[in-house]
Amino acid sequence: MKLKKYEGVIYILPWLVGLMIFTAFPFIASFLLSFTNYNLMSAPSFVGLDNYRTMFENELFKKSITTTFIYVFVTVPLKLSFALFIAYILNFKIKGVNFFRTAYYLPSILGGSVAIAVLWRFLFSDSGLINLIIGFFGISSISWLGNPRYAIFTISLLRVWQFGSPMVIFLAALKNIPESLYEAARIDGASKVSIFFRITLPLITPIVFFNFIMQLVQAFQEFNGPYIITGGGPLYSTYLFPLYIYDNAFKYFRMGYGSALSWFLFIIIMIFTLITFKSEKYWVHYDGGDE
Amino acid sequence: MKAKETKQKQETTQVNNAILENDLILRKRRVRRTKINEGIRYAILAIVGLFMLYPLVWLVGASFKSNAEIFTSIGFLPSEFDFSGYVRGWKTSTEYTFTTYFINTFKIVIPKVILTVISTTVTAYGFARFKFAGKKYLFSILIATLLLPNVVLRIPQYLMFREFNWLDTYKPLIVPAAFAVDAFFVFMMIQFMKGIPKDLEEAAVIDGCNSLQVLLYILIPILKPAMISVALFQFMWTMNDFLGPLIYLSSVKKYPVSIALKMSMDASALVQWNQIIAMSVIVLIPSLVVFFIAQKHFVDGITTSGLKG
Repeated sequence: MKLKKYEGVIYILPWLVGLMIFTAFPFIASFLLSFTNYNLMSAPSFVGLDNYRTMFENELFKKSITTTFIYVFVTVPLKLSFALFIAYILNFKIKGVNFFRTAYYLPSILGGSVAIAVLWRFLFSDSGLINLIIGFFGISSISWLGNPRYAIFTISLLRVWQFGSPMVIFLAALKNIPESLYEAARIDGASKVSIFFRITLPLITPIVFFNFIMQLVQAFQEFNGPYIITGGGPLYSTYLFPLYIYDNAFKYFRMGYGSALSWFLFIIIMIFTLITFKSEKYWVHYDGGDE
Repeated sequence: MKAKETKQKQETTQVNNAILENDLILRKRRVRRTKINEGIRYAILAIVGLFMLYPLVWLVGASFKSNAEIFTSIGFLPSEFDFSGYVRGWKTSTEYTFTTYFINTFKIVIPKVILTVISTTVTAYGFARFKFAGKKYLFSILIATLLLPNVVLRIPQYLMFREFNWLDTYKPLIVPAAFAVDAFFVFMMIQFMKGIPKDLEEAAVIDGCNSLQVLLYILIPILKPAMISVALFQFMWTMNDFLGPLIYLSSVKKYPVSIALKMSMDASALVQWNQIIAMSVIVLIPSLVVFFIAQKHFVDGITTSGLKG
């Protein structure tokens, strides 16, 4: 009978051990490492705040962090509004809704693949499909990946194209809104637009909130797209922060500096997550329902 | 007097008729407007669908085109089917073929998927069905790890696996899965389990089943769809994983397809696009097959837990 009290702990034990070894320990270790100089050759040496100081003096660091912000604040809102828009349309009685849902969802599920990044690099290359198509309409070719001004948006578009998974979540949330609410509004003569902004949107704000945080955390850590498609170029215009961390840690083996960079990114992500959580009470609507 | 009354009556009927007519027009207009709205909706869906799928369809078509044709035609059907992209692409410019790279991929994917399903089910069972001291805190930690950016763990993990002498082996990619490190999956399983009534389990306990038997004989049969969802997502993510193998594997003969594909793109200055495109198609096939067989499970999985993607 004594066992009973600890039974649950036994079942979660593997997770608990994993948490210690693969999450908690590395988490603390990277914080400590960020105050050292460590190149794998000799033991880490304590350098205080030096890593953080050099970071802010580094031009590449500034470039990379600006690029990352542009990337995140273009990608996340675009992706989410698109996901919501399409989910909204699919929520009408649409014939073949399953077909459309599958079609839109497919790019998200394959999207992480190197093959898709290859496809993107190819579609947007100077003589790729996109330029062939706009050429067909008489527009002259655009250097989507070669021009520093456009390259970041081309990379961003790859993630916007994968709006499928937030869309599926939005669609499920929209389906949960009781029809009676819409009917009442319609009888009162509300227009579609005001129904959307006054009823639909407030009711799904918890899901918007959830999707926003998830996409934000992900976007800040984007690596595959720029690494495979542009390698961070041209002129570092797609050199997102995770690429900068990767280069320092795994190309130049500056483990201390790399750790400081990852902690910096971690803090940025946390700040944005916290702001979102703090702002929750102003715009997220929870009703006392069963969710 | 009478004439006035009749006139009034006439006027009322006229007004009534006018109202009726107006009403009819309005109703017709409304029907027409609904029709138009419906038309617009389908048009949007179709156009967006085209943007979503055409690149993929085109990719498949392009893989059969000759290198010259790829850069000149918008249509997806090749003028002449050319299989040389597949034949040469499969051989690669390295000493190994894609056969090796696929075998390597499955050496990672299969154990990782199995370990993930087992470890997350067991952990979720502990959280969903038992009371113990500190459970609330541990659950909060689980949720916190959902949001913890992996980027902050990568360097120490690398250093740790280096100490273990695990670099250039598949262990760093596989072993953590045995410890339910993907909080997403644990969370998803807990959500599924919460939706299952406990009656059956309680009855089984009265009949003398211990908790492990309850899990094995009562819960797991019910949990099968959830376990399949976890397996499918893990399959996709591991197939697609690029950064993990990039960091941990250094010898070419151990590369999975994701790295091999990137390598063949970098191999020569003069990129043989039709070979790379052909190999991209091949790399996508396992995921596509799994997706179409089990798409219902993906949608179920993503809606219960709000998984990332």
